[in-house]
Amino acid sequence: MDAILQQFFNWGVMAQALPLLLKGLGMTLLICAVVIPLGALGGLLAALASTAQARALRWSAIAFVDLFRALPPLVLLIFIYAGLPFAGLRLSPFAAVTIAFFLNNSAYFAEIFRAGLLSVPKGQAEAALSTGLTPAQTLIWVRLPQATRNVLPDLLSNVVEIVKLTSLASVVSLGEMLHAADLVRSVTYNASPLILAAGLYLLLLWPLVRLIGRFERRIAG
Amino acid sequence: MARSPETTPTLEVRALHKAFGSEPVLRGIDLSVARSEMVFVLGPSGSGKSTMLRCCNRLEEPTSGEIFIEGDRLTGPGVNLNAMRQRVGMVFQSFNLYPHLTAMGNVTLALRRVQKKSRAEAEAIAAEALDKVGLSDRARHHPGQLSGGQQQRVAIARALALKPTVMLFDEPTSALDPELVGDVLAVMRDVKAAGMTMLVVSHEMGFAREAADRVIFMDGGRIVEQGPPDQVLGAPTHDRTRAFLRRFHA
Ligand SMILES: Nc1ncnc2c1ncn2[C@@H]1O[C@H](COP(=O)(O)OP(=O)(O)OP(=O)(O)O)[C@@H](O)[C@H]1O
Ligand SMILES: [Mg+2]
Repeated sequence: MDAILQQFFNWGVMAQALPLLLKGLGMTLLICAVVIPLGALGGLLAALASTAQARALRWSAIAFVDLFRALPPLVLLIFIYAGLPFAGLRLSPFAAVTIAFFLNNSAYFAEIFRAGLLSVPKGQAEAALSTGLTPAQTLIWVRLPQATRNVLPDLLSNVVEIVKLTSLASVVSLGEMLHAADLVRSVTYNASPLILAAGLYLLLLWPLVRLIGRFERRIAG
Repeated sequence: MARSPETTPTLEVRALHKAFGSEPVLRGIDLSVARSEMVFVLGPSGSGKSTMLRCCNRLEEPTSGEIFIEGDRLTGPGVNLNAMRQRVGMVFQSFNLYPHLTAMGNVTLALRRVQKKSRAEAEAIAAEALDKVGLSDRARHHPGQLSGGQQQRVAIARALALKPTVMLFDEPTSALDPELVGDVLAVMRDVKAAGMTMLVVSHEMGFAREAADRVIFMDGGRIVEQGPPDQVLGAPTHDRTRAFLRRFHA
């Protein structure tokens, strides 16, 4: 029993690891701060393209979404980081992570926004257009607010997924939280830093997960 | 070039054709509506009434033909459609109020975003429009908190606030419980009394007799018969009009 505590809940090791883990958490949050807005924007554009009149545009958007939803994000990341240099394109770990997660998340956001936009009755846009709003104004003031509200739990779930996804960045040695924790583990020969990292992820995501549950209940009820 | 306002129709439709794919829905509509005139459109389901109305603000793109608002061309390339649509108000069967905005927000949206009015100015205009439809006390309510009749009156206020030249009504009372129809018709009566030009698709025959200046009967994408309400509703000359009206007197 003592050995287990010593190995997993060693407060001394945890205290030692904390500064590095917090620095890693900073990187985790930085990746999120870049990938979430970009992914949401890319997803929105892909969603709009996938419902466009022009067939070429529609099909390219659908192909984009299908490809990056089917491709495992880890495969994508390693390909961009370790594969592209064979084509002469060498990217920093941060750039590789950002691009890979951006592509992956745009595809997921696209599917969510697409469902949201389709959930808004056609009459809404018609009413807006009939009062002289441009199609862009109709999107911004009438369709998007309703679309977003209709899929809010899905959007937030995707945000949670992105935060979890950032831990993959450890494979390209980007110093986000998991990488930091694993580094300390390898130096101290002790698993406590990993427990600490898990606790910090939980602390970060649990409120969000709770919030999603509340939204889902409100929509269901 | 400029024609006098007395002789220029407020709404003029010339040789309007519309097909969905290979299926013709409008087969040559000619219609001219004078200023302050209320024209009622009747016809069986699928005769093209909604399609004709929706062509008049190009929610539906005509296959051919021309439409003019006070002599200004609405159809064809190079038309500033968003500017022209401001002059054509539309009221829908299903209200189509924005559920995420209050009654006030519904009415002010286009005033602010299209007409670029300040919030204060837009709200003053909207308050006046909501007052006209008798809903001053509901300005801060969301559509979900309003009855169907109230929602439709907000929708009328939304169109009215832009001071359109002509207003199109597509079965404005069809989705309402019978006891709420009267309030909406009363508002339409007021709008007409204020001099609005109105093109109304509706099956409210009583209202047509009392308020319409002219009744049009459509069938198969054509105007089959038209004239004063007493004549078209009381003594129709066309078989199809008679057959249609019999259903309402039965
Ligand atoms: N977007 C569309 N695509 C294909 N066909 C359509 C479309 N809109 C209308 N139609 C067809 O055009 C015809 C006329 O429709 P429209 O809605 O104008 O009739 P209506 O006179 O308003 O009928 P109702 O009294 O039922 O409202 C119908 O046969 C309808 O199926
Ligand atoms: Mg119709």
